[in-house]
Amino acid sequence: MKNKDLVSITDFTREEYLRILELAAEFEANPRQDILHGFVIASLFFEPSTRTRLSFETAINGLGGRVVGFSDAGATSASKGETLHDTIKMVSNYADLIVMRHPLEGSARLASEVSSVPIVNAGDGANQHPSQTLLDMYSILKTQGKLENLKIVMVGDLKYGRTVHSLLQAMSLFSPTFYFISPDELKMPPAYKLYLDKVGLKYFEGKELTEALPEADILYMTRVQQERFTDPIEYERVKNAYILRKKMLEGTKETMKVLHPLPRVNEIHPDVDGSSHAYYFDQARNGVFVRMAILSSILGVK
Amino acid sequence: MKDKQLSVSAIKEGTVIDHIPASALFKVVSILKLDKLDTMITIGNSLGSSKLGKKGIIKLSEVFFKDDEINKIALVAPCAKLNIIRDYDVVEKKVVEIPDEIISIVKCVNPKCITNNEKVTTRFEVVSKSNVKLKCHYCEKITDQDNIVII
Repeated sequence: MKNKDLVSITDFTREEYLRILELAAEFEANPRQDILHGFVIASLFFEPSTRTRLSFETAINGLGGRVVGFSDAGATSASKGETLHDTIKMVSNYADLIVMRHPLEGSARLASEVSSVPIVNAGDGANQHPSQTLLDMYSILKTQGKLENLKIVMVGDLKYGRTVHSLLQAMSLFSPTFYFISPDELKMPPAYKLYLDKVGLKYFEGKELTEALPEADILYMTRVQQERFTDPIEYERVKNAYILRKKMLEGTKETMKVLHPLPRVNEIHPDVDGSSHAYYFDQARNGVFVRMAILSSILGVK
Repeated sequence: MKDKQLSVSAIKEGTVIDHIPASALFKVVSILKLDKLDTMITIGNSLGSSKLGKKGIIKLSEVFFKDDEINKIALVAPCAKLNIIRDYDVVEKKVVEIPDEIISIVKCVNPKCITNNEKVTTRFEVVSKSNVKLKCHYCEKITDQDNIVII
């Protein structure tokens, strides 16, 4: 994986995913290692982010690397009209690796073609966010002890949610069964269902949050956003239908875990937080170890 | 009079592109950059065709295309037929075929794609040829037949 870009979840093979997850476990057991000493990593956030930027920077600092960069494009030459092409060309002269988030889709792929150092995509618009997918996989592996043959229930905005699309692509390599629970307006796009048909994986679609719960190994919640609806009355009608409450978790498998890419707004009621099924905050913590694994393998120190 | 007509319509050496839908003729001209050629070109459009209703035809003297060059027009003229002319005779007939990759011809349908916001050459993988679907190399979104816009 040395010097490889991580732009899209499809850039990595099954073996490479597994290698990252294995390394993440090593870092979780031993998070203070000075292996990035002497490395300078650019953290270019052209749009705001809390979790992703902090967890990348925590990962870099934890391994003894240095961070340069910005968290707001307003303070950079981009606001003077500098192209992404030129910004990346320049920064790749300074840093050993570039972590970037950008509002335009395909920006990370372009950066990887321009840059002389590896690019790690920390989100390009609604397109890809591969480190999120890897940390979701790590959370699944850690809580279930395996990745194969799991029943994964995805809930909420399945039409626009990039995390569910990437997770679907990545987990498809491990024979899962998917349950897609969403309002009609936000159903899983046909392209992904065709893909599952093509690779011979089973999936079920429904509208009721509770219907697939007894079967679930993983309940992956996402936010139903008001701006996705053309009809505000429709939004009012469905918004409460996709709120997870503690009493709904009765009768689920003991090992079932609730994941959420965060931030949540109201789709998981706070009374779920105390449940043994709640895993979303641990999931966010796992992000640091997974990002340590991504950076150190691409920089060739692991 | 007859001689005069012949000198326009027949070519000695070159390529005839036939069965172009009339609506796509000028797109074909632009894709193949025929406006940059200085050899003799005859263009006819809105000619009667039993197959297409109205068709266009282009006769190019002294011009022979490589397959990957001519295949670019398959996006707008999937039924186009090529006649290769040597010494006034048709020596070869060819049909066009949609290539596996499309570079710099089509605009990505996604307004948030980097290629629509910065000067980047577009690039697509052809994921379906019968009902054309193009996957953007950058934003990974699909541009389908109905949304194809030629740059």
